[in-house]
Amino acid sequence: MSDTAEKVKKIVVEHLGVEEAKVTEDASFIDDLGADSLDTVELVMAFEEAFGVEIPDDAAEKITTVKDAIAYIESQKAA
Amino acid sequence: MFANGAAPRRVVVTGMGIASPLGLGVEHVWKRLVAGESGISAIQSFDTKDLPAKIAGQVPSGTRETGGLDLAEWIPVKDQKKMDRFIQLALVAAQEAVEDSGWTPEDEEGRCATGVMIGSGIGGLQTIYEASQVVASGRTKRLSPFFIPSALINLASGHVSIRYGFKGPNHSAVTACATGVHALGDAARLIAFGDADVMVAGGAEAAVSELGMAGFCASRALSTAFNDTPQQASRPWDEGRDGFVMGEGAGVMVLEEYEHAKKRGAKIYAEVIGYGMSGDAYHITAPSETGDGAFRSMRAALKSAGVTPAEVQYVNAHGTSTPLGDDLELGAVERLWGEDAKGLAMSSTKSAIGHLLGAAGAVEGIFSVLAIRDKVAPPTLNLEKASRESAIDRVAKVAQERKIQVALSNSFGFGGTNASIVFRAAP
Repeated sequence: MSDTAEKVKKIVVEHLGVEEAKVTEDASFIDDLGADSLDTVELVMAFEEAFGVEIPDDAAEKITTVKDAIAYIESQKAA
Repeated sequence: MFANGAAPRRVVVTGMGIASPLGLGVEHVWKRLVAGESGISAIQSFDTKDLPAKIAGQVPSGTRETGGLDLAEWIPVKDQKKMDRFIQLALVAAQEAVEDSGWTPEDEEGRCATGVMIGSGIGGLQTIYEASQVVASGRTKRLSPFFIPSALINLASGHVSIRYGFKGPNHSAVTACATGVHALGDAARLIAFGDADVMVAGGAEAAVSELGMAGFCASRALSTAFNDTPQQASRPWDEGRDGFVMGEGAGVMVLEEYEHAKKRGAKIYAEVIGYGMSGDAYHITAPSETGDGAFRSMRAALKSAGVTPAEVQYVNAHGTSTPLGDDLELGAVERLWGEDAKGLAMSSTKSAIGHLLGAAGAVEGIFSVLAIRDKVAPPTLNLEKASRESAIDRVAKVAQERKIQVALSNSFGFGGTNASIVFRAAP
């Protein structure tokens, strides 16, 4: 697992109060991890803070799974 | 109103819950209160060096079993950050009250007939303080999406309704230090009027924070002379009193239509028989010089209860320990009771827990109900030498056994808002 993936999962566990085992890459924040729309807003803010990236609203809307978050953050870091 | 021909309905108390400086749990808190214990202590959770008042009534840490607060026992960690402390305390008191009442409607009809009315004087002050620091430091984009719903006063009612699925009237009273009584009284009226069969009602406050303390210090309302002896600071009617002591907590009652309660075999603590209100139309923070607002509020409550002053054995006073307010309230009670003042017991339980602002009226309403149940008037701590004599027994320092059938509780708030509620022994 990449550093980014590990860090993303840790943030998800902390913010949504879910078990680590549930936070698979395919897990959807809302459907699988019990988040609501405000939780996802906060989650995206936490990613921005932790990785020093900016995630504009239109990009944030497309981040619905753990995998989406990892991919977006890695693309930004690569750029 | 009542154009449909319906008659007002009777309302009883079937559940109660408390989070207070004397701890958690109605029986635990009541026992300590009657024993003359104090919940006032030095503030440790933030630096008080710039504050003239350095003490408060704070909800003690601990476990539910020992009568202390461990939030994790009550609210999932991930949800705690979505709500200010006043909402957390409301949820704690509401859970105890709902469990105590045994009211868990299984069907939609029952849920829709159950409402919530939990108010607060100030609401999410600490949340607003922290959010303004985020904005002031140029990090506006970092503001939590939970800021607004965490701070809003009616979100105490909102969270309680969401947790239990109570879909009836969802409302909040916001009348400074009169909030608790207004919430109980208005909720009782909603039941009497037929808007709901059951109401979860009360008040919650969490203003023991730097900004909250600084604010009340600035308005010169707090006691500052007893920082080294916190338990002596709240001393209603005593000649040495010098202001109120801030407290935090929540009080919640389950109010229920009488026949509804009887039908399900609920335990009935007492009946809500009267409720009265008035406005001073005088000053933003000071009570009217004649105590007329307090007088009219109590008179209205007794009128709606259909009882005379002579039929009331106990008054739980607003009695905040401020130089002006205590004797004005005393004068108003003397005027209303007249010759009957002689047989009356009146105490201020703020002497033990401080002033819980918007939660005060709800917590003190619970104490009034328990005074009726146990036939005990809780004491006014630190009442060594009253600033003036009175025929009314102010229950100095030690609780008294009294034949209490009817009790009245007062709460008065900034802005000149007054409310009184009257309870009678279970029918």
